[in-house]
Amino acid sequence: MQTTSTFESVLRGMAITVIILFFMFPIFWIFLMSFQTNETILRVPPSPFFEPTLTNYRSLISGRLEGSTATLEIAFMSNLYNSLFLSVTSVTVGLLLGVPAAYAFARLKFRGSEDIAFTLLSFRFAPPLLVLLPLTIYFQQIGLADTYGGLIWVYQLIVLPLILWIVRGYFEDIPADIEYAYRIAGHGFWATFRKIALPLAGPGIAAAGLLAFIFAWNNFIFALVLASADKQPVTVGALAFITASGINYGQIAAGIMLSIAPTFALALYAQRYLVEGLSLGAVKG
Amino acid sequence: MSLELTDLSKSFKDDTVLDGVSLHVPEGKTLVLFGPSGAGKTVLLRLIAGVIEPDTGQIKISGMDVDGVAPEDRNIGMAFQNFALFPHMDAHANIASPLTAQKQDKSAIQAGVQALAKLLKIDHVLGHKPKELSNGQKQRTALARALAGKPKILLLDDPLRNVDAKLRFEMRLELPRLLSDQNATVVYVTQDYKEAMAFGDEIAVINGGVVQQIGTPEQIYLTPANVEIARLFGDPVINFLDVTPQKDATGVFALISDKRVDLDAGYSHVVGQDCSLGIRPESVLFVPEDHPGAVPVTVEAETPLNEKTVNLCLTARGREIMASRPSGTDGPAIGAAFVTIEAANALLFDKLTGALIEPTDIAVKGKVA
Repeated sequence: MQTTSTFESVLRGMAITVIILFFMFPIFWIFLMSFQTNETILRVPPSPFFEPTLTNYRSLISGRLEGSTATLEIAFMSNLYNSLFLSVTSVTVGLLLGVPAAYAFARLKFRGSEDIAFTLLSFRFAPPLLVLLPLTIYFQQIGLADTYGGLIWVYQLIVLPLILWIVRGYFEDIPADIEYAYRIAGHGFWATFRKIALPLAGPGIAAAGLLAFIFAWNNFIFALVLASADKQPVTVGALAFITASGINYGQIAAGIMLSIAPTFALALYAQRYLVEGLSLGAVKG
Repeated sequence: MSLELTDLSKSFKDDTVLDGVSLHVPEGKTLVLFGPSGAGKTVLLRLIAGVIEPDTGQIKISGMDVDGVAPEDRNIGMAFQNFALFPHMDAHANIASPLTAQKQDKSAIQAGVQALAKLLKIDHVLGHKPKELSNGQKQRTALARALAGKPKILLLDDPLRNVDAKLRFEMRLELPRLLSDQNATVVYVTQDYKEAMAFGDEIAVINGGVVQQIGTPEQIYLTPANVEIARLFGDPVINFLDVTPQKDATGVFALISDKRVDLDAGYSHVVGQDCSLGIRPESVLFVPEDHPGAVPVTVEAETPLNEKTVNLCLTARGREIMASRPSGTDGPAIGAAFVTIEAANALLFDKLTGALIEPTDIAVKGKVA
């Protein structure tokens, strides 16, 4: 049996603490900031002790920023809704298109399949700005500019290659014999895809979906150029916090907390699926 | 349903896996595909199952060409060497999968699975997922799944390979009865000559993608087509001695340690040619010194192998010979001894090609006369 000395376990504990502090402290500090007013945030020296206030959240949700000089209308909640709608729809479309495509690339080796798969991946090589200018012109001509549909389409540039390449690997990891066995048992191609390939690649599809969701959620540049105010996601909407009368740090912090909440919740929920069932116990190597 | 393969070939890129394989399995019979790993046995089964397509050649099931017929429409049951159970389904659902494909109603599925599970003694683990099953249980589940759909053609890909020795022994006894109850046409792949001899109505020895010999177990054992096959069948392994047949007025013979060992008169056409004399260990008999044709040897070691005992001997020229006899019979002491070789069971192979040399017909007639 492996024995771990006390010294070793203490050292390990310290290392973990340092790492957690390093990564979590900024988020923790933002969390604290979101309950403070600008005055308590900006005092010197900073202190974690203050009288918590919910005004930041209240003004965000009501959409009225009470500035020092004037009241500003911002559409933070509708931005949040836009983000949610765009990300969920993009990932759904991406999964509907990407998962069958990934299966085809993994299992049906057809002429040029590698080239097509690589071309799809290469969409990720080009800087978005390079694509955006011609895309904007095209979109304006065909009437897709400033529509949810157009945005979801462009989001496929981010989402689709990601899903395709991750899920393809998972499909390739399923021993072909398992699928053969189901076919020979008398089930057709589509039944085998639905009942064998999809469930066995489930963790991979969940992982790819989650990653794609985060990428779509965090996207800034496509939405900035292609969407007008009423279609903007939070990433673009957050620009509104920088006003002529100054920057309201408390409200920005509250905005950050609200906008990371969905991805955070999703990650917590999905991690169970990511870990479980990753090992296939049925085939002896 | 009979199964007929004609001139099947399959290559993966530049690698030829099967090269012109033709086989015929009559209805209800068992054909054993025997050969070393990489011989193309598994690929052949997959071609029959229809999960991969042959490059050339024809597969007929009940006389009907199945080219282009999907695997699910071929009415085949298959047990994979690696079991290939569905990891996310319990044993019950695994076994039931051919029945659900046939759209049987729930009670029929339930009854079918239960009956098979009882027969294969896995009824107590039906609720378990594959990863909770022991290897033996997985193997039985895979077998039950292959049988469940009552297929007319059953493909068994070395099903006893990955199970422990005790279970393998049990299954060797149970399987033939199980298979004959099914009344299915069976293609059974194995690398174990004992399994091949026990299960096969016929054995096809396949190596390097080519069928080297087809015959009944007796034919393969008694007249192996070449040195390799002779080596693969039999335990302990057949003895080979380099000889040059000679001929005089009394007949054809070979000299072993300068002692004359008579050969079949039909070998007169290979007189003076370099040959390998193949002698099964059970055809090497210990005899007293004054026995005609007794060859002097030195007994080096004795190994009891359950029902038989094997002696390792050295000839005067230092060549190793194994002799086996039923355990419990009198054997020689370590040291000098004499053996005689039963010429009737000796096999002669071409030294260069390794091919079996058959005695000519004339000689056989002469023998009868």
